[in-house]
Amino acid sequence: MSLSALLPPLLAVTLAPLLLGIVTRTKAVVAGRVGPPLLQAYHDLAKLMRKGAVYSHTTTWVFRTGPVVGLAAVILATTLVPFGSSSALLAFPGDMILFVYLLALTRFVTVIAALDTGSSFEGMGASREVTFSTLAEPALLLGLAAVARRTGSLSLSGMVPNLTLAVWAQAAPTLALVVAALLVVFLAENGRIPVDDPTTHLELTMLHEVMVLDHGGPDLALILYGAAVKLWLLGALLVGILPLHGGDPWLSSAAAIAAMGTLAVITGLVESSMARLRLTHVPKLLVGAGVLSVLAVLLGWR
Amino acid sequence: MGAGIDTVLICIVLTSFLLLGSSRIGTCIRVVALQGALLGFLTLAANADSSLRAPILALASTGLKGIAFPWLLSRALRDADVRREVEPFVGYSLSLLIGTATLAAALWLAARLPRPNPEVSSLIVPVALFTTLVGLFLIISRRKALMQVLGYLVLENGIYTFGVGLVEGTPMLVELGVLLDLFVAVFVMGITVFHINREFDHIDTDQLTALKG
Repeated sequence: MSLSALLPPLLAVTLAPLLLGIVTRTKAVVAGRVGPPLLQAYHDLAKLMRKGAVYSHTTTWVFRTGPVVGLAAVILATTLVPFGSSSALLAFPGDMILFVYLLALTRFVTVIAALDTGSSFEGMGASREVTFSTLAEPALLLGLAAVARRTGSLSLSGMVPNLTLAVWAQAAPTLALVVAALLVVFLAENGRIPVDDPTTHLELTMLHEVMVLDHGGPDLALILYGAAVKLWLLGALLVGILPLHGGDPWLSSAAAIAAMGTLAVITGLVESSMARLRLTHVPKLLVGAGVLSVLAVLLGWR
Repeated sequence: MGAGIDTVLICIVLTSFLLLGSSRIGTCIRVVALQGALLGFLTLAANADSSLRAPILALASTGLKGIAFPWLLSRALRDADVRREVEPFVGYSLSLLIGTATLAAALWLAARLPRPNPEVSSLIVPVALFTTLVGLFLIISRRKALMQVLGYLVLENGIYTFGVGLVEGTPMLVELGVLLDLFVAVFVMGITVFHINREFDHIDTDQLTALKG
């Protein structure tokens, strides 16, 4: 294990809130506003950490465990995803499945914490969240399976460095389909606009927000921070599939960081240019992403 | 060269999925137009020799399928003045899943079909089968008569793809004759849709079963 393997987790835990700042700034610029500073998310987290927490009498330990376990699972997942030229801290065949399941664990604890409050409103959000992730998860797993088939490696650290320009030239359609599918999963799993609007607090439009309404102070900070790291992780996975590898390690790391910034700008542009989909149309979008992944798998199978 | 054909073929598959998933008739007409234009590219990419046959065919098929038919059908849609929803018998998500299963079946079937001569691309037979089956599926699963015209066009696109990839020496006269037949068929269907609508105030084909002789 080299020292450079520490880079991906360190970057993820330090730069993740900045990604949110870039998205917000892009939206502000497109709308003609100045917008909050790029580091606003860090200030918000610091403010929330200094506050106390209020717990409802109806909640149990499940409610308090949710944010802690959720953040722990996401942080653990940062050790599985390679970034730039540096491979991940932990790499073994099948770690991509562990990655998907760690994200699922985060979702599970958030959902049971929401159900633990006994609020029908949060139960509704939990139900929607679970429904949509049921459709998003096959798209993610099948997309990764297509890449694994192409690169011949079952480990994220094994498949990402193999996706050089030469491999892309050979299998551009397959990989482009996977990138498109993962982009939809990236937007859906992080509650960005075509699926969920992160800025509203209107009862009919919320998915992620509605589940964390009863959390406050440090708990909310943990949840928001966990969501930011999850945004970074899925983004890093998407960027990892692009042909940015090979050559100078510093150069490819810089390229990966630049690509993450570009991804955040793209997310901001998508959010500025389109409205949230109607709730009944979201499954269609996610099934469409799954179809793209299946297509990639079938093309790779031939 | 081979990668170019594969890209065009995958785009044809994606347009078929778009047809299965979209809910507006207007969108469907535009997607079928795009598919027709893609077929023109496919003709050009598959016949790289310098004869005049491929460009003429590509031009004729793009002109008809990409411009003339969409214009005719859009006019029929506007004149019929009906609700612009597809109103499927089978839901959109289920349609997409059925499409995926169809694609897998087409790939499986194409892998065990004996083929006479080396073809341009190994994807061409599965894509042709898939497009044909999607056309059939659209015809039986959508309620509006206009969607059945579109399904028929997609079906024909599949057969055309088959011809591009496999039959090297189809005389141009035959290909152009097929295009002319298609043109007449769509022309007549466009007029029929308009007349059905004027007679019954809707173009729902499932109500035909209520007719008694």
